[in-house]
Amino acid sequence: MSKDTMNSLTRVLTALGHQEPDRVPLFLLLSLYGAKELKLTVKDYFSSVDNVVHAQLAMQKKYNNDCLYTFFYAALEVEAWGAEVVFVDDGPPNSGEPMLQSYQQITNMSIPVIDESLSLRRVLEVTSRLKQEVKDSVPIIGVVMSPFSLPVMQLGFEKYIEMLYFNKDSFTKLMKINEEFCVAWANAQIKAGATAICYFNPLASPTIIERNTYFATGYSVDQRTLARINGPTAMHLASGRTLPVLEDIVAMGSAVLGFSGLDSLEHIKKASQNKICLLGNMNAMDMVNWDCQIAEKQVKEIIAATGVGGGLILSDNHGEIPWQVSEDVLLAIGEAVRKWGSYPLNWVDKK
Amino acid sequence: MDYIDEKLSDDFTNALLSVNRVEASRIIESYFAVAKSFAAIERIIGQALEKIGNGWEDGTVSLSQVYMSGVIAEEITDSYLPKLQIKRKAKPRLAIVVLQDHHSLGKKIVSSIVRANGFHLIDFGAGLHADEIVKLAIENEIDVLLISTLMLTSAMKVKDIKDELEKRESKIRIIVGGAPFRLDSSLWRKVGADADGKNASHIIETISQVV
Repeated sequence: MSKDTMNSLTRVLTALGHQEPDRVPLFLLLSLYGAKELKLTVKDYFSSVDNVVHAQLAMQKKYNNDCLYTFFYAALEVEAWGAEVVFVDDGPPNSGEPMLQSYQQITNMSIPVIDESLSLRRVLEVTSRLKQEVKDSVPIIGVVMSPFSLPVMQLGFEKYIEMLYFNKDSFTKLMKINEEFCVAWANAQIKAGATAICYFNPLASPTIIERNTYFATGYSVDQRTLARINGPTAMHLASGRTLPVLEDIVAMGSAVLGFSGLDSLEHIKKASQNKICLLGNMNAMDMVNWDCQIAEKQVKEIIAATGVGGGLILSDNHGEIPWQVSEDVLLAIGEAVRKWGSYPLNWVDKK
Repeated sequence: MDYIDEKLSDDFTNALLSVNRVEASRIIESYFAVAKSFAAIERIIGQALEKIGNGWEDGTVSLSQVYMSGVIAEEITDSYLPKLQIKRKAKPRLAIVVLQDHHSLGKKIVSSIVRANGFHLIDFGAGLHADEIVKLAIENEIDVLLISTLMLTSAMKVKDIKDELEKRESKIRIIVGGAPFRLDSSLWRKVGADADGKNASHIIETISQVV
């Protein structure tokens, strides 16, 4: 396709194919930011499919964003299992008390039926409505939590870590249940119109779990799960280091890797070249402190180090733009991508 | 015996990193048989936790290893204190809490390290709001309040605690920790904390700096 006629989807597909599109694609992962856009409380915003559809389309145009993001909030999945979700006015809804108080309760767990969960149904409806609107011009990114990372919300971090080291039987049981749910949830989103699934898996990062323990526990879970998802996937380690496990993730077949602010730009570009497309790595937390000049500097730096030859989608490192980031900064990021991200990147010293 | 054998220290660190409770206890037991001093045990544990914390900083150690090392170290300390009739250090009066959310991992890591160093620490729990924390801190005559957060929104609420404490002319010091403070190195100042406790293994040093 000619670079002159590229839309967001073709731009992204070209970058995924490790070719240079017309410019670096930009994924501003805007979820609860839609509430700010519509001047609603976070709870009211997510209670209506119309709100989310309207805000996603408006924000995609406003910020020249190359994706629509159907992610509501991380706790949505445990909400489907009956867990408590705590809403605040200026941040993402968070999981409350863990739904499992003991390992014994795993035996009695049953997999949520997607059609019976109001919150999951809303996501599917948003997805299909967005698909009707944009057809194949803008990628729609759905989200699942890896079965391996979901127990942080199901059990609490401490209990889950101790399970990983000391309770193999309970771990195996829980993974079996979580895998089935994850596959069903991912495939329902694909069926509803999602172009790809962002597979959040912070525990696969050696920042959280050392590589040998991950290999002994979660790696095969992720391998099996990803193989059963009927569409392309992006593995996102949600701010954790990715470089030490990059080859492992490539071997699992993910097309995209959400990389960390802790990863060296130079090293990750080298390691990912023609293997996996990078997604990142603007520091979402620090973005709160940015002004327009800092935003431009950050965008320029990432593109200079990782943009040549394609294989880069500019995004944040965390998977969600915080409420506190100013609109001016988001507009400045979009402007900087057009200014510095237009291919060919003749201004970059390619040595 | 003040001298800590480097190999013993490395062996103990490795036992913690490989989450080997039995081996870690055995090393300390054999060391205590020679050193016959709780202070010596404290030192070797402190040194190992510091190495592990530094490994977390440079990316060679995972958060799970930091957590499990703290748990094992705390268990070992707990097993010696009663049998040696040693009382925990009561000053400064320390308390720890998770502000707003229920993710307690950071609290547990810091608690284990503080307790493994022989300090008394009051646990206010998780999911508390700013006004509840202020009330508890004042009622319990706390000198240093350790606040853990996971979400940026919660981290920003530390400012409410600081403002309320100042309004009440309280001298309570605040040390903050958690992901938002790791990812934004200036955030602790913005919310009015007295120190950033981002490296849990340095928490004892950080406490001594603020009191």
